[in-house]
Amino acid sequence: MDHGIIFIISACCIGLWMTWGIGANDLANIMSTAMGSKAVSVKQAMIIAIIFEAAGAFLGGNEVSDTIRSGIIDVSQFADKPQLLIYGMLSVLLAGALWMTVTSYLGMPVSITNAIVGALVGVGAIMLGLHAIHWQTVGYIAISWISSPTIAGVTAYLLFISIRRWILGVDNPLTAAKRYVPIYLFLVGIVLAMMTTLKAVHHFHLILGVIKTAAILAGTVVVVMIVGFIAMRHVFSKVHLRRHTQFVYIEGMFSVLMAFTACAMVFAHGSNDVAIAVGPVAGVISLVEAGSAHHDGMLNGIMLFGCLGVVLGLFMYGRKVIETVGGAITTLTPSRAFAATLAAASTVVVSTSTGIPVSATQTLVGAVFGVGLARGIDALNLTVIRNIFMSWIITIPAAAGIATLFFYLLRAVLG
Amino acid sequence: MPTTPFLNMFGRSPIRPLEAHMSKVHACVKELGPFFEAVLLQKWSEVELIQQDIMRLENEADDLKRDLRLHLPKGLFLPVSRSDLLELLAVQDRLANRAKDIAGVVLGRKMVLPDAVAPSFIDFLRRCIEASKQANTAINELDELLETGFSGSEIKVVESMITEIPRIERDTDDRQIKLRHIVFDLENSLPPVNVMFLYKIIEWTGGLADRAREIGDRLQILLAK
Repeated sequence: MDHGIIFIISACCIGLWMTWGIGANDLANIMSTAMGSKAVSVKQAMIIAIIFEAAGAFLGGNEVSDTIRSGIIDVSQFADKPQLLIYGMLSVLLAGALWMTVTSYLGMPVSITNAIVGALVGVGAIMLGLHAIHWQTVGYIAISWISSPTIAGVTAYLLFISIRRWILGVDNPLTAAKRYVPIYLFLVGIVLAMMTTLKAVHHFHLILGVIKTAAILAGTVVVVMIVGFIAMRHVFSKVHLRRHTQFVYIEGMFSVLMAFTACAMVFAHGSNDVAIAVGPVAGVISLVEAGSAHHDGMLNGIMLFGCLGVVLGLFMYGRKVIETVGGAITTLTPSRAFAATLAAASTVVVSTSTGIPVSATQTLVGAVFGVGLARGIDALNLTVIRNIFMSWIITIPAAAGIATLFFYLLRAVLG
Repeated sequence: MPTTPFLNMFGRSPIRPLEAHMSKVHACVKELGPFFEAVLLQKWSEVELIQQDIMRLENEADDLKRDLRLHLPKGLFLPVSRSDLLELLAVQDRLANRAKDIAGVVLGRKMVLPDAVAPSFIDFLRRCIEASKQANTAINELDELLETGFSGSEIKVVESMITEIPRIERDTDDRQIKLRHIVFDLENSLPPVNVMFLYKIIEWTGGLADRAREIGDRLQILLAK
């Protein structure tokens, strides 16, 4: 194929640019609930971010990546003209990266999911024809963009109500916390175990029996609980404190829960956002290499490449954001942050395992709003929340338009 | 400082500033104690110093009030009603204003309290300041209320604090009636204008307890679902 290597190099470069942006901006959003509630230090946040983002992308990113690569545009219709599809994928990447850069420079809250999916649909529908779009998948994605923040919001609301009812609102909250926090720890352990272990088993195509899988799950939960108890042991020794002091210790227990939940959230983010950015790159490479969009082995290599971009972005710019987040959010205590983040992380992971790309940030916003509805947060800026959701509506046509423009340009220049 | 839209989603909390405003208001009201002690001793230079202190505290409370209002835009989603919050703030502020008015008039007229009135008046004043103190204690529970998501046993704790305020206020009413009787008996022996202002000061001082009770009422409305 002509220009084959050039296509691959440029796809990789744009992919790197995009994942750099994820590490620089988006990851900080995801970490901000943990940072704002002072659950983890900056150093710990960086370590969690790197390990779990990479794990999420490697273990849980395949489905979403596949959806982006071949689930939205019907690639089989272009087997005879892969050149067109390569132009399309490159335009999508360019449009996504450019739109993300411009909007984050302007301080607009934009999700990479919205940008890439919008660009894909735009390029696919306008340039390749309406028949080239898997409208059913697009429909699922559209529904999930509304349902995922809603489900996360409802879950967070219920989670916080339960914390309020069982722990915060009773006569002796610390005693209640000692009784009920282990349950929440167990819950986090289950979520984390389901995410990491099950995805790992799936990813490496390990054939394990139900019993072995259950044993691995139980083992992970036990490890999480032991680590959690060790981290909380100083709280467990406290008895008979004044009410006001009790709350300080209770929040201390929740910040341990929050640290685990942050791992889950970053994992979910990696399996969603990195996979989305990497999807079109994988598309281009597989088209160049084999002339068709079906290639499995190289996805790991591209994911690794994507993770490299994320880590670079995190160290170069995201670190600064993460460092300031701690002071910026004073209204989010660990109990609230925990409820919101756990709800968001579970919603995102369930969604990504079915291959539907959602926006991790928007899901988290929905979850935080859910806690707010339960009278948990003292001040939420509705204008900003509205802007976050409005910007996704603007992003879709904008990304589609830019992508179409790039497509025309590429086709005109390269023929 | 790099901020993200996600961070901007979290507004500035009105709860702590509201508490800070109330404690400033109470500090202002509390100054009336030493103020009237100095008045009784007729140490006018000291009276003036304390009056300036009261003015300063009232000004600071005003600044806090303005700042809080400015940071409470309509687009803010709060666990309590925004208008209830602003009402509460306004009532709190009126308490400080009243303290400032009392100090201003007493200093301006260099008022001398008749010996027969003084002990009962100081007693009455102390009780009125207690009402303000109780209101301050209740308002100070707001952050614990927030922590518990405005529910459960913390609500009961605050409710019991609030019901204490009208009890104190009724007590000050009784004392005020007795005080008026004492002044009434002395009326003919005092210059009429002084008597007029004496009644005024008694009324305003009683107003401190009334406003403290109003704060309690407003807080109760704020907590009601």
